[in-house]
Amino acid sequence: MKFSYYPGCTLKTKGKDLDTYARASAEALGVELAELPEWQCCGAVYPMAKDEIATKLSAVRALANARDLDTELVTLCSACHNVIKQVNNDMKTDADIVLRVNNYLKLDTPYNGETNVLHFLEVLRDRVGFDELKKKVVNPLTGRKIAAYYGCLLLRPSKVMAMDDPENPTILEDFIRAIGAEPVIYAMRNECCGGYVTIENPGEAKRRSNAVLDNAASKGADTVVTACPLCLYNLKKNGGHDDLPVVYFTELLAEALGVK
Amino acid sequence: MSHNKNAAKVEQILRSYGVDVRKCMRCGKCTATCPAFDAMEYHPHQFIYMVERGEVDKLAASPSIWHCLSCFACMERCPRQVEPAKLIEAVRVAVVREKGQNHLKPEDVPALLDEDLPQQAITSAFRKYSK
Ligand code: SF4
Ligand code: SF4
Repeated sequence: MKFSYYPGCTLKTKGKDLDTYARASAEALGVELAELPEWQCCGAVYPMAKDEIATKLSAVRALANARDLDTELVTLCSACHNVIKQVNNDMKTDADIVLRVNNYLKLDTPYNGETNVLHFLEVLRDRVGFDELKKKVVNPLTGRKIAAYYGCLLLRPSKVMAMDDPENPTILEDFIRAIGAEPVIYAMRNECCGGYVTIENPGEAKRRSNAVLDNAASKGADTVVTACPLCLYNLKKNGGHDDLPVVYFTELLAEALGVK
Repeated sequence: MSHNKNAAKVEQILRSYGVDVRKCMRCGKCTATCPAFDAMEYHPHQFIYMVERGEVDKLAASPSIWHCLSCFACMERCPRQVEPAKLIEAVRVAVVREKGQNHLKPEDVPALLDEDLPQQAITSAFRKYSK
């Protein structure tokens, strides 16, 4: 199973663990993640205006490169996934954006949304399969009580992201079961951690992140997992729960597969 | 601002974001679900009817536009697909697109950094706060 892989800026720097544990795990699962040559930062947030063209180009370049390599495109960071998937939706559905982007890029073959974008979690669920994953687990995390933190970007807007039910998601909980642990369900799992507001208003990020971790802790979680470097930062730094470790889901995957 | 200039601004906002404010039934669900609600002077449902009434300048001058987290909760949960987050972004973008109105300037960034802050945070803040 070979895919093009878009790591994004943070996974090369502060969020290295999200990337390295995913690569090690993918190898153990027989999944080849071939990093796209010459990818550029996606911009981290999707520009919602229809007349924002330049800010969507780096995502289109990655999408077009994956198409030219005849591969699907795998992302890992929740933010990159959100941006690339939403831009791809524009390139499938908005004729004006398609025209202006292609006029700008002058690609050999114009891009029209041909690439299929998958989050690494979707590769695990839909391509490898959680049952198969379970068979490859050598260190089941038996007895661990793990709270999945989806945040905003993995699930919303659901009609574009189409990964899971936006209000009652199961993909991370099923993943947690596949690696032998017990998922902890709590109300705040798909509410915002405070995001980029932490830069100018850390008090706001503290309130948001603390509400998430209070809720997870009250349901008995011993660990929280996320797919987003900014969620990880906010929950750890602003969550007010040094007693509750927050890690990338790929770290637990690597641990369960014995490749950590 | 003259009436015409204001009308042009409203039209530009609605056109470039594809939001139909007339679909709103004022149920307030967007505001009820908004995690930044208590930090905002004008709440998500107010953005809808204030833009409809042409009160863009009031919104543009309000700190509310910098409090939205772009979490998409209001978009997801609005029963009428009005997508308030888009309107809030529209007002914010209308502000930063004007010369000299960047809310976050590159020279401010070093003082805001800490050793663990992911690049993603800076990139997103720039996208949201500056042009
Ligand atoms: S949830 Fe939708 S319909 Fe209800 S007040 Fe907000 S924008 Fe209007
Ligand atoms: S996108 Fe902004 S306005 Fe909408 S719910 Fe989130 S923080 Fe509130």
